[in-house]
Amino acid sequence: MQLTGARFTDASAVLGNDLATFPNFPAEIRAPAGTLPGVSSFQVQIANWDILTPGDDPDILIAMNPAALKSNIADLPPGRLLLINSDAFIERNLEKAGYETNPLKDGSLDGYHVMTAPMEELTKLAVANTGVKGRATLRSKNFFALGLVSWMFNRPMEPIVDWVNQKFGPEDVVAKANVAALHAGYNFGITTEEFHHLFDVEPAKLQPGEYTNITGNQAVAWGLIVGAQAAKLPLLYGSYPITPASSILEELARHKNFGVRTLQVEDEIAAVGTALGGSFAGHLGVTGTSGPGVALKSETISLAFQVELPLVIVNVQRAGPSTGMPTKTEQADLLMAMFGRHGEAPLPIVAPATPGEAFTSAVEACRLAVRYMTPVILMSDGYIANSSEPWRLPDLDDLPDYSRSFAKDDGSEFQPYSRDPDTLARPWAVPGTKGLEHRIGGLEHADLTGNVSYDPMNHELMTKLRASKIDRIAEDIRPIEVDGPESGDLLAVGWGSTFGAIRAGTRNARRNGHSVAHAHIRHLNPFAPNLAEILSNYKKVLIPELNSGQLAMMIRAKFLVDAITFSKMQGLPFKAAEIEQKVIEMITGSTNNSEAGQ
Amino acid sequence: MTDTAYERSDFQSDQEVRWCPGCGDYTILAAVQNFLATLEMEKQNHVFISGIGCAARFPYYVNTYGMHSIHGRAPAIATGVATANPELTVWVVTGDGDALSIGGNHLIHSMRRNVNIKVLLFNNQIYGLTKGQYSPTSEVGKKTKTSPMGSVDRPFNPISLAIASEATFVARTIDMDRKHTTEMLHAAYEHQGASLIEIYQNCNVFNDKAFIQLTGREERDDNRINLEPGQPIRFGANNEHAVILDGRGARVVATADVAEADIHVHDPSNPDPSAAFALSRLSHGPYGPTPVGIFRDVSRATYEDLVQQQLVDAQAKKGPGEIKELIRSGGTWTVD
Repeated sequence: MQLTGARFTDASAVLGNDLATFPNFPAEIRAPAGTLPGVSSFQVQIANWDILTPGDDPDILIAMNPAALKSNIADLPPGRLLLINSDAFIERNLEKAGYETNPLKDGSLDGYHVMTAPMEELTKLAVANTGVKGRATLRSKNFFALGLVSWMFNRPMEPIVDWVNQKFGPEDVVAKANVAALHAGYNFGITTEEFHHLFDVEPAKLQPGEYTNITGNQAVAWGLIVGAQAAKLPLLYGSYPITPASSILEELARHKNFGVRTLQVEDEIAAVGTALGGSFAGHLGVTGTSGPGVALKSETISLAFQVELPLVIVNVQRAGPSTGMPTKTEQADLLMAMFGRHGEAPLPIVAPATPGEAFTSAVEACRLAVRYMTPVILMSDGYIANSSEPWRLPDLDDLPDYSRSFAKDDGSEFQPYSRDPDTLARPWAVPGTKGLEHRIGGLEHADLTGNVSYDPMNHELMTKLRASKIDRIAEDIRPIEVDGPESGDLLAVGWGSTFGAIRAGTRNARRNGHSVAHAHIRHLNPFAPNLAEILSNYKKVLIPELNSGQLAMMIRAKFLVDAITFSKMQGLPFKAAEIEQKVIEMITGSTNNSEAGQ
Repeated sequence: MTDTAYERSDFQSDQEVRWCPGCGDYTILAAVQNFLATLEMEKQNHVFISGIGCAARFPYYVNTYGMHSIHGRAPAIATGVATANPELTVWVVTGDGDALSIGGNHLIHSMRRNVNIKVLLFNNQIYGLTKGQYSPTSEVGKKTKTSPMGSVDRPFNPISLAIASEATFVARTIDMDRKHTTEMLHAAYEHQGASLIEIYQNCNVFNDKAFIQLTGREERDDNRINLEPGQPIRFGANNEHAVILDGRGARVVATADVAEADIHVHDPSNPDPSAAFALSRLSHGPYGPTPVGIFRDVSRATYEDLVQQQLVDAQAKKGPGEIKELIRSGGTWTVD
């Protein structure tokens, strides 16, 4: 289903629609088909305008079996279109999904516009001459559905056929079967009077430029490659497979011709260890993982902070704690990024708002790491990682150059912990450099010389120096922009992947006459200096988060603002309507903390 | 490579050495510094990475590049250093707790990958820095503050572990024997790939005389088995003991009881690790006859060379990476 959704998305991208996707799938690789926990879904919104989310309520729900229907019907408003694979609605499947009676017959779907097609039977007939045999014939039924929906939405088939042939090879029986099923679905739409070109979605009026469709993890991988190039450093990526971060490692491993070294090592600790070793030796060391992996890396991250070497840590957050819900999204690692280390070890934290922006954020994380000689945490999440959107290609002629020279022997005594007066960064002297032999380590060390020191005043000095180096980054980041009035009744403040829902929800509320603005935070530590003033310009501050109020805790502590938390902890993104409703509720009276709806 | 002949003092840092007086670490430090001074390799190309423990202070005292990292993780960090710059000579200084307890995973994986790192495992069979708790190489029954009734943990045999981890160079030496230590350092330095030297190191404060059977004037002749490549294994003041390998593994026998041809001829370059492993099982700790010397020394491509080769191959096949092509690789469309 994920594959089918991605093909529809790409075909829509080629047509120039704006789009946003939300893949949602179980952690089990082969979860029992037809059961409720086994349902894999793919939500996509396509539009001829600039959209911000994959949509709250679908116009059309395609259910390939009873379990898929049962899991998703609640999202479909009455009167909308329900397309059903009728062959799957047999007693055994109904039982697996917990239906006592067949919803196709018991009238429970009367409020919807129901269309059915015997997709399995038609697929079997379509693939009969392609050479696939037995149970494999039915695997193409998703392509039948894709063909039918392509007809309904007037999508071109060429990009899909090209993709299938490229993936499997045109002579492969699987490719032939999928293409045959695709065409059969499309033709079924043409020949069956019931199915019209129901939806015509014209190209969106996006900002002029060249676009590609990109997922968040792909954007992170590309951003890291570009970030290392901008620093004129080789990229060394140490990682251990973990959902939902693995595809960053997979993507980088495909690009060794960029000089990217990908090390899949024995565990999360080795992953960050190899990255740190790489940085010591003059590479840009990066490690990527999800929350449980960050927990394991925490001791090494503290070491990297203490020895003051560049390091980028990518946390693709997932619903926790512990194994939690690995394929579901959440933003609950923010305070871990802030404080999840022993001793005082503040780090810069950067968070992308959208899949495409993950590219820029990755470049920014690399920039800060190199310029300030510090570990930097890049906070993505499962929603950004797997979702895709049209991404306007950046102008690479404007690629920043933030390369730093390695230290060279100038005849004076080398001081590994001397500092650049502007950034407070220490010199980066890489092994192999004659005359600069020195030792670094986790033990507290004296200012300038780096010699081991237990001197009380030195420890206090070094603690403050390391912290003020991070604080200074505030002067070197983009100020926060506000969407909406510069002052007013309410400011919604968000970070990370909630951007689309908050932006859409606040705009909708504004269209309905409410005085509301949205500020989105990309740098979570340190905050941009203009945040204090922005917060003071509104009567109320609302902070929607996919956690129980972590950014709100930080903002309350730092600015003494009575920020109200709007939580959602369901492993799912916010819907725009949830934000809008909460905003209006806050402005018109009730200010109770409330939970997002089902 | 160098225009300067080094002296030991070139490898001494300005930091005061702070091990306990009488610690075996002093003799190892001196042996390493003296050895480094004999090499043509310029000193800026040596990197010492350590974890945590008494031994882990080692890099602070050696005037090369170094990192005193965190407990058990030195092999992982060293893997990053070696992979980033294969021109460097990367040494890992570790102890029995650091390498075999908390860092066991990184140790075995660095061995199997054949990362070109030289692991100096100071084995004193005790936790020194935390003041005398039993370690993963302490003998069963060891009474310490955390095992007042005696340890019930079976110890690791570090040599067996390294061989089983696919290490390409495995040796054992003794801190007191400077000459032998230097020979082992030299062999490890020359070896391309993961090298492990277990160094029996006396902790005179918490585990004194642990290796007395190998170092004591009266005991050593009957217990120290010198492994010499190409030589039949005999030991004892008059070579009265010998080692044979048969279906029951390696055994010590009286030289007089066996035919000369039946005495095992040591071959560390044997691709099959079985004989080296069998020799490592002659002792389980420094009790009774214990082999010292090179158990295994075989050639295999190093991890960093293989990593580097893939970069070269990828560039030969696809050309050097072009960002402009990369971001268009998924297909693009233009909005006017």
